[in-house]
Amino acid sequence: MSFKIASSPHQHNQRSTAQIMRLVVLACLPGIAVQAVLFGYGVLIQLLLAIITAWLSEALILVLRKKAIMPRLKDNSALLTAVLLAVAIPPYAPWWIIVIGTAFAIIMVKQLYGGLGHNLFNPAMAAYVLLLVSFPLQMTQWLPPMSLQSVDLTPLDAVCSIFTQFSCSGFSLTQLQTSVDGITMATPLDTLRTDLSRGLTLSESMQRPVFFSFAGTGWLWVNLAYLAGGILLIQQKIISWRIPVSILAALFLLSGIASLASPDTVAGPLFHLFSGGTMLAAFFIATDPVSASTTNRGRLIFGAAIGVIVFLIRNFGGYPDAYAFAVLLANMAVPLIDYYTRPRTYGHRTRSELK
Amino acid sequence: MPSLFKQIQAGTVWDFHGGIHPPARKTQTNQKPIATLPMPDRLYIPLRQHIGVPGQLLVQIGQRVLKGQALTSADNSMAVPVHAPTSGVVLSIAPHTSPHPSALPELTLVLAPDGLDEWRVREPLNISHCDKVQLLNRIQDSGIAGMGGAGFPTHLKSGVAQPVDYLIINAVECEPYISADDLLMQEAATTIVKGIDILCRLLSPKAVLIGIEDDKPIATAAMKAACSQREHYYVRTVPTKYPSGGEKQLIQLLTNKEVPNGRRPIDIGIVMQNVGTAFAVAQAVLDDHPLISRIVTVAGDTLSQQQNVLALLGTPVSDLLDACGFQPEHKQRIIMGGPMMGFTLPDLSVPVVKTTNCILAPTVAELPAATEEMDCIRCSACADACPASLLPQQLLWYSKARDNEKLAEYNLADCIECGACAYVCPSEIPLVQYYRVAKADIREQQREALKAEQAKARFEARNERLEREKQERLERNQQLAAARQQQQTSGAGNAVADALARIKAKQAQAAPQDEQNKAQILAERELKKQQAREYQQQKAQQQAVEEHAEQHSQTPATSNSTDSKAAAVAAAIARAQAKKAAQKPEQLIKPAQSVDEMNKPVRAAEADPRKAAIAAAIARAKAKQQAQTETESETKTETETTAPLIAADAVNKSAVESNAASAIEDPRKAAVAAALARAKAKKQANAEPTEQTEASTTDPVVPETVVAETVVAEDPRKAAIAAAIARAKARKQADSENS
Amino acid sequence: MTILSALISIGLLALVFGAVLGYAAIRFKVETDPLVEQIDDLLPQTQCGQCGYPGCKPYAQAIADGDDINKCPPGGEATIRKLADLMGVDVKPLNEAQTENVKRVAYIREDECIGCTKCIQACPVDAIVGASKLMHTVLVDECTGCDLCVEPCPVDCIDMIPLPATTDRWKWDLTAIPVKVVE
Repeated sequence: MSFKIASSPHQHNQRSTAQIMRLVVLACLPGIAVQAVLFGYGVLIQLLLAIITAWLSEALILVLRKKAIMPRLKDNSALLTAVLLAVAIPPYAPWWIIVIGTAFAIIMVKQLYGGLGHNLFNPAMAAYVLLLVSFPLQMTQWLPPMSLQSVDLTPLDAVCSIFTQFSCSGFSLTQLQTSVDGITMATPLDTLRTDLSRGLTLSESMQRPVFFSFAGTGWLWVNLAYLAGGILLIQQKIISWRIPVSILAALFLLSGIASLASPDTVAGPLFHLFSGGTMLAAFFIATDPVSASTTNRGRLIFGAAIGVIVFLIRNFGGYPDAYAFAVLLANMAVPLIDYYTRPRTYGHRTRSELK
Repeated sequence: MPSLFKQIQAGTVWDFHGGIHPPARKTQTNQKPIATLPMPDRLYIPLRQHIGVPGQLLVQIGQRVLKGQALTSADNSMAVPVHAPTSGVVLSIAPHTSPHPSALPELTLVLAPDGLDEWRVREPLNISHCDKVQLLNRIQDSGIAGMGGAGFPTHLKSGVAQPVDYLIINAVECEPYISADDLLMQEAATTIVKGIDILCRLLSPKAVLIGIEDDKPIATAAMKAACSQREHYYVRTVPTKYPSGGEKQLIQLLTNKEVPNGRRPIDIGIVMQNVGTAFAVAQAVLDDHPLISRIVTVAGDTLSQQQNVLALLGTPVSDLLDACGFQPEHKQRIIMGGPMMGFTLPDLSVPVVKTTNCILAPTVAELPAATEEMDCIRCSACADACPASLLPQQLLWYSKARDNEKLAEYNLADCIECGACAYVCPSEIPLVQYYRVAKADIREQQREALKAEQAKARFEARNERLEREKQERLERNQQLAAARQQQQTSGAGNAVADALARIKAKQAQAAPQDEQNKAQILAERELKKQQAREYQQQKAQQQAVEEHAEQHSQTPATSNSTDSKAAAVAAAIARAQAKKAAQKPEQLIKPAQSVDEMNKPVRAAEADPRKAAIAAAIARAKAKQQAQTETESETKTETETTAPLIAADAVNKSAVESNAASAIEDPRKAAVAAALARAKAKKQANAEPTEQTEASTTDPVVPETVVAETVVAEDPRKAAIAAAIARAKARKQADSENS
Repeated sequence: MTILSALISIGLLALVFGAVLGYAAIRFKVETDPLVEQIDDLLPQTQCGQCGYPGCKPYAQAIADGDDINKCPPGGEATIRKLADLMGVDVKPLNEAQTENVKRVAYIREDECIGCTKCIQACPVDAIVGASKLMHTVLVDECTGCDLCVEPCPVDCIDMIPLPATTDRWKWDLTAIPVKVVE
């Protein structure tokens, strides 16, 4: 009999990194399901592609870095990155979009920075921005919700159009984007931006079929599903409430004030909260612990910064949606935010008390 | 807003940042009565069981001690004595695995109980008749040190001069498994309160706050009942949360105050004592029962009977476990202390000490061992759990980077090593271990810095002194030169007179110069040395006389007087003793001698241990020489390399021969000769590689050795004087050459 | 003419700024420790002379005068880094392949000591006590482990032994704990 030497504490909470990551992925499922039902099965194929690419590229880099592969694949962090990127890109984007994006996220943004926990930027968002900047056409070809599509797409059509750019019945993506009345449709945010730039007022634009009550058709449900998943994560204490709440609050306040000031050109707060990727970003992307702020006050600032940037870009910038840019910009500020928001240590006086 | 005291009276309990809720697992042990153990075969009593210095040993190996007898004495305020837990015999006092995370051996007294359990005389104190000093002395002499885990001497904490607002009795016991204090309160609440009374007498606090975690209803009720007669004692239940039993955390819980950074609780008018300490104080003062036993929780699923036991201090952990039905599994962990802050033991002979509150023998299923450390994902669950509001992950980076400045900036020193951060870490990073290493590193650096400071001061002081001495020597040399001239003109030839005259001259010349006090002191020292030498020579002569007497006694017919007979007997006894003493070292030296090829010293050594030492020294000198010459074998010719050997040999031989010839010689001379031989050998060896430069330094040795060799068999007195003269001359020569 | 006026005005400006700077240098002089003191504070004060200078202070002086910063084996990597910081030069590796920096102190085998006082004279910090013809001993707390006493000893009775580990100085090296195996 021999004895084992170990360092205290000898007792551990049994929630591991892998479990946390897995729970986050599980909390994404309602959103993914709604997306698949309302926008077609493309998202599922994208998911599959993304996950396979993520695992392969992670394994490749780990081999090159001479690290054990299985423990790091099992931590589910690559899986989560793949899922977040897959749901963020247009569901019928060509297959190489997601492959390039995921590989870039894992290899360049995560592993080259030193692997899990060392990346400065959110891998999924960095990849998203890369794709958006490099392949603007493919990255903006969002199909309207299935209810508005002129052609019914089967799962097989989804596979065909992702791999060949044409559905089985030979429609191109551009054709698929066109509605029954022959108008090319985009996301609500995109449509609104285009309409506003063409001189239409907000209320005029909102008459279009892509809009449904106060938000976009379909998009409302997707956002509600992600909101539900996010609330589950907060309830499970996987994420802190501070980042999502401050993002949503900042966006709500700014758009509320702006829409009161200029009701014809700025959409209301509810439209902003439930359009585009707002909920996904607030609960799943910005809360990525690695690239987010780590102090409690810092998280509030971090979230507010994202909210402000999203609002600014959506209303005054060149892109219809902006959470990827907002998250990356806030990521850059994290070291600074963390440094200046250190909590007061027990028995120490705060900086103001010292003066 | 009501005053703090009003709020406390009203029963307000505050909260502290962070904390965790590990499964408490106390029900296995807190429902059962305290068990007593069979007397162990051996008690291992470490001489230091507290923070501070060990006391002076009072007992010897083989001595019988009574129960409660002090084994060490508290000779200064940081010392706390240890006592014999039962009557028995002291078997040994030697290093033994210590109850410390490092398990490094520490001085431990091993006691073999005789089974009688016989008490020493006990003198209980009557509190109403004794003053504070008496009480404090009793607390110190009873060996009481904080029993919560830190082991800080209680008399220091209770004897503070500052005014005390609150005395907090820590009965929180927030670590999982441990229920020793719980049981103590259940079974001995009245004694505890008496102990608190004594502490109150010493500290005169405004109020006593007794903090108990809300998972101990029976203990709380017992304490409330026991305190019912005392109106400024407040029993407060605090919510179950780890680490509410930490000193700073409990202060925050009960008084909403924070101990300022770098200060002690007394600085904000608070003293905290463990409930077990209060009990020990009561026992010590009222029963004169020193701290010789304590309650230990023995828990873990490998035990068939998990329970609290009353263990004598010094009981090996193996005895405790065996008494509770220990069934070890493979790679068993035995933890001393709780699962959050305890440390694992490398073997089971580690004894229970004053701070041991728990022995844990968990199964792997119960407390799974930490798996592989993964990368930090910056989830900051650790920061949320930290009771000191630190940022553990930042500390982790800087610990890994060994950036001590940043660590100080992020207040690593405020970490209480509670383990909450590592408990919640999803990546299973042993954060606390990193901090401990970093803290030890910082402590070491601080020690080094202090040492460097001292070394610098000493170096500078030495340089100053050397400079001063050089100046003095210069002046003295001039004076001596003048004196010698005088001497030569007076024409005195006698060596002894010469030396004496020189000393006198030195004195005479040193005296008028008042600022040259040093020189005078040196001269006096020289004189004293001279006197000492003379005294030793007298002694040697006496010895010689004795030896003579010895020889006389060997021829029985010649000696008639009873006087000389007695002398002879004494001499014989002395000789026998010398021989006996000689036999031991001889045996040790023998193997060393077999290495060298010189037969003569070997035989000489067998005759006399002194000579053996000489021979050994010669051998060493030779070996060194050889090693040095070998390294330069390319440039040296064969004759050159062997030359020093031969020379050394000759010196050795002559020395040994002269030794052998003068059988009645005193050992002192032998030592001198040996030293000369060794020095010569070494010098020659050194001289070989750099002959030209060394020539001047080897020069003065020659006359010295010549003198030593020639006079060695003669009158020891003369020889010594001559040697001294020779040395003085040699030194002078060397000095003049140097300058 | 234009060239002349340009030259004059530039010259005047130079004079004025020079005067201002000169005044500022005196008026706003920042009192800092002399460089030598700062360097000396970083050195480990073992006074071992392994740098080739007779003590830490002389080496500090030499560094201030432009000598290499990598000649201090007792200080090791850490000292070199601090010196590089202070002097604004690149970190260099130690100039010799030095053994690992284990704390050692001198120990005199007392029964072999002949009392020659040579080690006492060699000790830079007076950490050896003893008198002529009497046995010497080392003050462990004061010994800096500089090795300087080893060479002068005529009978080689001085060993450099590693400082024994104590619980106070233990550095939480859990892997070094010997685990007793019992059957």
